[in-house]
Amino acid sequence: MNAANDPSRPRSFLEEVVAATLGKSRLEMCIQCGTCGGSCPSGMDMDHTPRGIFALIRADMREEVLASNTPWYCVSCYYCTVRCPQEVHITDVMYTLKNIAIQAGLYEDNTAADLATTFVGQVEQYGRSFEFGLATRHNLKHHPLNMPKMAAGLGLGMLSRGRMDLTPTRIQGVDQLKRILARARELEAA
Amino acid sequence: MMAKYLFYPGCSMERTARPYLDSVLAIREALGIELEDVHDWNCCGATEYPAISVMGAHALVGRNLALAAQQSNGSRTLVAGCSACYLNLAKTDHYMRQSPDLAAKVNNALGAGGLAYQAGSLTVRHFLDIFINEVGLEKIRSAVVKPLKGLRVACYYGCQVPRPDYDQRFKNHEYPTQLEAIMKACGATVIDFPMKSHCCGGHMTQISERTAYGMIRRLVAGAEQYEADIMVSLCPMCQLNLDAYQVEMNKFFKTHFHVPTVFFTQLMGIAFGKDPLALGFGREFVSAKDALGKIGLDVPESEGQVPAPKKAGRASKQEGLPMPIMPAPKTFEGEV
Repeated sequence: MNAANDPSRPRSFLEEVVAATLGKSRLEMCIQCGTCGGSCPSGMDMDHTPRGIFALIRADMREEVLASNTPWYCVSCYYCTVRCPQEVHITDVMYTLKNIAIQAGLYEDNTAADLATTFVGQVEQYGRSFEFGLATRHNLKHHPLNMPKMAAGLGLGMLSRGRMDLTPTRIQGVDQLKRILARARELEAA
Repeated sequence: MMAKYLFYPGCSMERTARPYLDSVLAIREALGIELEDVHDWNCCGATEYPAISVMGAHALVGRNLALAAQQSNGSRTLVAGCSACYLNLAKTDHYMRQSPDLAAKVNNALGAGGLAYQAGSLTVRHFLDIFINEVGLEKIRSAVVKPLKGLRVACYYGCQVPRPDYDQRFKNHEYPTQLEAIMKACGATVIDFPMKSHCCGGHMTQISERTAYGMIRRLVAGAEQYEADIMVSLCPMCQLNLDAYQVEMNKFFKTHFHVPTVFFTQLMGIAFGKDPLALGFGREFVSAKDALGKIGLDVPESEGQVPAPKKAGRASKQEGLPMPIMPAPKTFEGEV
């Protein structure tokens, strides 16, 4: 039996990412052309471009990938996805990497992960997003020096224009939603 | 004859993008569309939920699809105004259709709440698609009583409506032209706008100011370079970034860009002769008053508005990125 077919062999990081992506990732089809990095609006600020990340994944450099800011700087614009000549579902792979990175906890700057966690916490609590609560909590923790400036400018502006509420809206079926999401998490862990 | 649609408003449209909702409601009759809210809908998860749990994100959206399908008396079309809501609803339905395994898992999760959804039983569409392909340009044209003659409009699409576009509704993922067609039907002059489907940065403002404001500056600088009076958006997130955060971006880079950005439905409402106040004008940060004043329209200006720079002529030719200055084209003959 050749090594690739040996079931006792530890799973490569590439296999882990492909398996964790719901639907087809086509990640193994990447030809390293770099169209993704060239199309990426935030690529300049990434530790590695998407192409670079895919090379690292194939090289099984799990820690390097999960410690990088790349998935967190993906803005879900889907330019890379529609341009990829191999039709790799790049944006979906970035979401997978975020899921795995949160579990691994290797990325030092947790600003983006915290934003997502706070947002999700509020959605699970109310069934709706809550901008005022999100902005306040997130900025107090991550951009405290910016708080007075942002509160006086943007925050007050949003309130005075009737574009932000101070209290959250709660859906009727919050308990139903919680049950659904709890089951989904169980299925994901299985 | 009114066409009836199930409507998923989404969190932003009810709050930060209130002018979008108000203007859609103000023009729906003229367009012959009836909207029925999905009862007790929940958040779509935006780009945050899938970052934490992709499976959870599909289950979250699954509840909305299940509720909408349950409610679909006659209409199988679920329409959304927000790009992220639209994409999330469409994505879960698309992936459930593609993967029986995912469909089974989503339904397993929904079962915990006594719900179920059969993939493909709804068609998820965005307002832009409905206006072009269902209402039609002819009907839009016939509803116009105050043509937006002389108003130079930059049509901004952002990302998640033209891409990834699972059902191929927008034909061109990078250079769509449907918004231009609607604005022209309303009598406006549309400018060529190469940045029209580039990214506004989404939630980046909360993560890295430099990255986020850089992206916002590219768009605003692009619109100003092509001498747009006003920019129209079809997404609450894009509008928030281009309007409210345009002010912050100017502070950050010490620039003076002034490109009012409103929802395309607000300009449609103006052309249809609706009351500007009811359309949500005056709630923007970068005032649209001067831009619409240019064509003889009076729109409200709320307190604390950021006024247009007092400099004569164009505000900031020299600002922004060192790009070659292109001659502003007179008009743009976009095709649909």
